[in-house]
Amino acid sequence: MDFLFYMGDVFTPINFGLLLLGTIGGLILGATPGLSPTMAVALLIPFTFQLEPQQGLILLGAAYTSTVAGGAVSAILLKIPGAPANIATTLDGHTMATKGEGAKALQLSFIASAIGGLFGVFLLIFLTPVLAQWALAFGPSHLFWLAILGVTVIGTLDSSSVVKGLLSGCIGLWLATIGFDDIMGAQRFIFHPAVSGGINVIPALIGLFAIPQVITMFTKGRSSDDAEVISVQKHPIRLAFVEVFKRKTALAIGTITGSIIGLIPGVGGQIAGLVAYDQSKKFSKESEKFGTGHSEGVIAAESANNAMVGPSLVPLLTLSIPGSPTAAVLLGGLLIHGIFPGPDLFMNYPQVAWTFIDSMLIGQILMCIFGLYIAGLAASVARVPHAVMAAIVLGLAVFGSYSVQNSMGDVYVMGTLGLAMYFLERFGFSAAPLVLGLILGPIAEANFIQGSMIANATVGTGTYFFTGWLNWLLIIIVLASIGYSVWMEVMARRYTTKEEAVAKEEALS
Amino acid sequence: MKKWIAGAAVALATMTGQAFAEGHGDYPERPIMLMVSYGAGGATDFQARIVTMTAGNEDALGMPIAIVNRPGAGGRVGWNWFATEAEADGYTLGAYNIPHFVAQSIEGGVSYSSDSFEPIANWGADPAVFVVGADSDFNSMEDVVNYAKANPGGLTFSGAGLFVGHHIAALQLEKAAGVELAYIPNNAGGAGAMRAVIAGEVLGGVNNLSDAFRAQAAGNVKILGVFDLERNAEFLPDVPTMMEQGFDIDNASVNFRGVMVPKGTPQEVIDHLAATVPTMFENGRVQSRMAAGGSPMHIMTRDEVLEMWAARQATLEELLADL
Repeated sequence: MDFLFYMGDVFTPINFGLLLLGTIGGLILGATPGLSPTMAVALLIPFTFQLEPQQGLILLGAAYTSTVAGGAVSAILLKIPGAPANIATTLDGHTMATKGEGAKALQLSFIASAIGGLFGVFLLIFLTPVLAQWALAFGPSHLFWLAILGVTVIGTLDSSSVVKGLLSGCIGLWLATIGFDDIMGAQRFIFHPAVSGGINVIPALIGLFAIPQVITMFTKGRSSDDAEVISVQKHPIRLAFVEVFKRKTALAIGTITGSIIGLIPGVGGQIAGLVAYDQSKKFSKESEKFGTGHSEGVIAAESANNAMVGPSLVPLLTLSIPGSPTAAVLLGGLLIHGIFPGPDLFMNYPQVAWTFIDSMLIGQILMCIFGLYIAGLAASVARVPHAVMAAIVLGLAVFGSYSVQNSMGDVYVMGTLGLAMYFLERFGFSAAPLVLGLILGPIAEANFIQGSMIANATVGTGTYFFTGWLNWLLIIIVLASIGYSVWMEVMARRYTTKEEAVAKEEALS
Repeated sequence: MKKWIAGAAVALATMTGQAFAEGHGDYPERPIMLMVSYGAGGATDFQARIVTMTAGNEDALGMPIAIVNRPGAGGRVGWNWFATEAEADGYTLGAYNIPHFVAQSIEGGVSYSSDSFEPIANWGADPAVFVVGADSDFNSMEDVVNYAKANPGGLTFSGAGLFVGHHIAALQLEKAAGVELAYIPNNAGGAGAMRAVIAGEVLGGVNNLSDAFRAQAAGNVKILGVFDLERNAEFLPDVPTMMEQGFDIDNASVNFRGVMVPKGTPQEVIDHLAATVPTMFENGRVQSRMAAGGSPMHIMTRDEVLEMWAARQATLEELLADL
């Protein structure tokens, strides 16, 4: 109960001021397309040079918490996921916003984020020693199977067709091979200097999601100037709470999946939201509503990506190894003050460590309050005429892609992928599986190569990848996931006539 | 029309050229960018942020330095960009890691070599060390080598990638001990390589002294040897060097970090930076922050770095020729 003892430290005037600053600043940075939580926290590091260690960490902890949640704002309102964590949020969140339910979507996402986030931080507080072992359990073979599991999710993520989902996933996997390969350093498919560093995920994300939408808006904007202006429904906060707690399954699946996956070094943060979205779709009674502006989709995705925040710090705080890029930046924030994280951290610097964790708890709540406050205002974005909106989104897309590494090359990549995606969408392909392929490709490849190098030096490839309960557990889940997709596809074929399928395709495109 | 455009282009070029030539006196007039070819939070990024934090002071450059990360493929992505696309106007600096980029350029497949860059100053030197898990049976390098002799090619050990300092250290060890080892490059850099050692996925690992020191303090690893000419008196006075344990290994794998500019940067700018940047590294606040983070400093001027680069080039060419 040490964390309660140090809770008071969070509320001293300076500390609380920094907490507010970190939360509000984090929300704004998170809502800016292109600024991922890692970049946002890295930008704040220089400000902590002048602060006491405790104060610096309060700022960084609050910022980390709220940038992850802030990414939902641009995902819902503009269909630009600020970071890979928010991809799943666009699927239902943005559809809700275009229906005029932006306020509701934002409220749901902030409440779900806060609940997931609090759960994750409590896991960090109470179960750290147990979780540390779990974080170490994932070797190259397990990470490989986990990435394969992610690939099988691709098929069901797309609502229209499993085959098209898998195809766009394959395009993503191919795009991921462009550039230097991560282990051997071989050059692959470098046909233009802009892609010599490979395809950076953030510009790709922005292009794939935002650009098709911009083109659609421009085409519509000319034909009907004011017909598309939708009414923005007000949504009482009380009802949002009722809605979140009514969707217990989605909330539970999101929170638990997010916490478990968040722990796995290197993979967690990127795919937690998508895996949780996919799982809650499979378990939901109304799975056909997913993708059409269904509240469960937003709740599952957002509770998952904030639930991952607490557990993602476990390897850093106990083993002194950063498990994610953001954790690596936080490690820097600790080191400049001469604080070495590790098992003794809570003994040697209890005041710093516990206040940091407390600030993430209070930060979740503050983030929720501010989020709910701005939700009503921000949702009016849907009132902006299409022509203006398209220009704004395009501007933000260019700015966001450029800012990742000050490179015009990334802007070209963003534009090209976006244009290509516009045509792919017309044929019923969707962006989410493609991005998932882009993210998972390097993880699967690098871990396979590493695993087989270790295997060749020791027990042999077959034994290495196919023994141990964790490998088999993952293989069984992979097989179950494939089986489920095939079964759904067969069922869908049986009950839809060709005419219905054509009508559905046309309605979607 | 074509003539007109060509004329305008020439005029514009002369104008900017003139403005540029006059600009040297006031250099720098705007904030400067420092490219780091590793991700945010890595050791190079973290140290670069600290050593440049006083750049905006009047006694330093008078303008802040902003860090831009271009990570990928063990630094190749960033250095390729720096050699081919970075503007040589003095407002684009880069962080170098020796022996990484020299080894990569010798191995080939990249668009840079040590001739593509002009060093400014060196801020740090982080030797490689050999680590094993805290509960490992190995207690000295002799145990490690004996195991490798009994199991040729079966001693798995991790490092941050191919043709980086850790890999050079691994090659030196193979050569000096006359054994065959299984070096496993990690895609998640030094942190990932360290995790593999702690989790027991590999039998040992080569890692940075600064990170290994922290991991040892946390009780996760044992450090068996330092790949340097002398012991590290500040952090690891009790850990013997490889030479002391009977292996003929010099300091070729020591990770030197510093600041450079692309070839073609005006000489006046290089001179200005070469005079100012080392004093910036000597700033008391920089020194205390670096010491607090467990990052060994080693300040070298431009001339010393030029000498060190040339020496490394020769050593690495010889070492990598056997591959």
